[in-house]
Amino acid sequence: MSLPAEDLSLATQVHPIGRRRPAWLVTASAVFLLLVLVTAVASPLLLDAATRQSILDSLLPPGSDGHLLGTDELGRDVLLLTIAGTGSAIIGPLAIALGSMLLAIVFGTMAGYLRGPVDWVIGRLVDTLLSLPVMLVAIVVAGIFGAGYWVTVAMLIVLFAPSDIRIVRAGVTEQAPRPYVEAAQMLSLSPARIMYRHIVPNIWPLAFTNFMLNFAIALVTLSSLSFLGIGVAPGTPDWGRQITDGRGIVGDNPAMLIVPALLIILVAMATNILGDHFGERLRERGIQ
Amino acid sequence: MAESGTRRTRARSRLARVVVLRLASVLLILLALSFLTFTLLYLAPGDLVKNLLGNRPSSPAAIAAVRAQYHLDDPFLVRYLDWLFSALRGDLGVSIRMQQPVADVIASRLGVTLTLIAFSFVLALLAAIPLGILSAARSGSVVDRAASGLSLLGLSAPSFVLAILGITVLAIWLPVFPAYGAGGNGLDRLWHLFLPSAVLAAGIAAILMRITRASVLRELEGDAITFARARGLSERVVLSIALRSALIPIVTSAGLILTFIISGTIIVETVFALPGLGQLLQQSVLFKDLPVVQAITLLVAAMIGLITIVVDLSYLALDPRVRARDSAA
Repeated sequence: MSLPAEDLSLATQVHPIGRRRPAWLVTASAVFLLLVLVTAVASPLLLDAATRQSILDSLLPPGSDGHLLGTDELGRDVLLLTIAGTGSAIIGPLAIALGSMLLAIVFGTMAGYLRGPVDWVIGRLVDTLLSLPVMLVAIVVAGIFGAGYWVTVAMLIVLFAPSDIRIVRAGVTEQAPRPYVEAAQMLSLSPARIMYRHIVPNIWPLAFTNFMLNFAIALVTLSSLSFLGIGVAPGTPDWGRQITDGRGIVGDNPAMLIVPALLIILVAMATNILGDHFGERLRERGIQ
Repeated sequence: MAESGTRRTRARSRLARVVVLRLASVLLILLALSFLTFTLLYLAPGDLVKNLLGNRPSSPAAIAAVRAQYHLDDPFLVRYLDWLFSALRGDLGVSIRMQQPVADVIASRLGVTLTLIAFSFVLALLAAIPLGILSAARSGSVVDRAASGLSLLGLSAPSFVLAILGITVLAIWLPVFPAYGAGGNGLDRLWHLFLPSAVLAAGIAAILMRITRASVLRELEGDAITFARARGLSERVVLSIALRSALIPIVTSAGLILTFIISGTIIVETVFALPGLGQLLQQSVLFKDLPVVQAITLLVAAMIGLITIVVDLSYLALDPRVRARDSAA
């Protein structure tokens, strides 16, 4: 009962097939992500402490007294800066993955269940958006308008949604001919009720797996943009921004660059491990 | 005989129609995109006059001259149609920032970007396909697990992070590679582009390796292979049978991956200070150099549109099942 391969985007094809990662690795990834998430939510509390500048303490190397990871050019503590930057690095990608999943569930289900003109219109819109290079559009739009954080996030939701819509649509077309849908139609339930109360719960695992994968891609995209100076105001604690600033002081305090760089890689890896895990379980269930 | 001939002609004319339709849809997208970019740059904050004359106070005559030269006082639609019709005649205009024809500006940057794209594509293919086949053939082995970890890393690390870590470790701490610039010509150029290309290739290779492994594995689980093994064919022959069918998704995804590389060049060129199209785009966006931004956006979108068409056609060329389904329809 697997989905037709050509209906799935490249994103779902990259799931490794027939591979089980050790359970401890999956658990460790989940615990790590949970920690990062809690830090991200709590990070605004640290904003004041993290942005406190002190010219006397500028460019201290890692391991200095009271500054475990040293300080930057403005004398800001790198450890605090990194912790405070978690919010900006994590919350945006979370919103992007959630937003595009929601759009996909609403429009992908409509396209897959109602078919006909609705499907055609959504399909053409998706094709057009998919033909745009995400990075190029993001740089042109945000670069020109000097867009803020949430505008950049909203733009990325729109750019991420089309491939999700395709995936959800493929899942729904596979569910639509099943007996439980026919039974609901016999009871003359409204199409909206059949779509969102009966079909959507069944494609939930598919959407969730895709959500994990999207979160990792969004994390990479958003941090790349903030590295280019797009979406994050100068001086705001943010991992991508920190890496930009860290390049200039790599001789004095390499931690400014290396710590956020490793964190981005680790969060993306943990997310991909969990995403693969759910994808594999989904595949196993599909075969039974 | 005659029947198969007509069937073939009919299939060919259907193919021609598909190609024409797809090309037309790419042109439509380009038209919409050109209007969108034009509108965005028109609405954008920032003042071209100030960019050209500098921040010091300028005489009203100088300002009027600039406004007249770039038709800044014409209505919006007139300016767009002006641009559109000269573009259709092959005249992409003059770069406002560099005061050179846009075609020349782009031509002078295209070489670096194309070399970067080609180099990283080759690196990705060379790394990913053998590794993917090997880890599928020895699924569950140490090689497979190591390759899996490596691809997870490549998939997760943003190219700007890899680029900066690469420069820091391999150019500053251990000066093996040059840190910046595109170097001279020939081998020196390739030497300068090695680190940027490797960084760009990492993420792409990770995706390609996973697709290769998955599709070879899928073929190895198929009935044809069980039958071949049952007949007592050697593992080497069995693998070559599996590879022939596994090739289809690999080739088509390699084409799509090329479009990822094209988008990725912007970041890599910025980090390594390579004078390519991505860097040009970024500078032109900041300067509101509309003709250059327009031309690059359209060039990139056209490249991606054409690659997508070639990928879809390669399904037809490579996969007898798709061919049969299409001519039956």
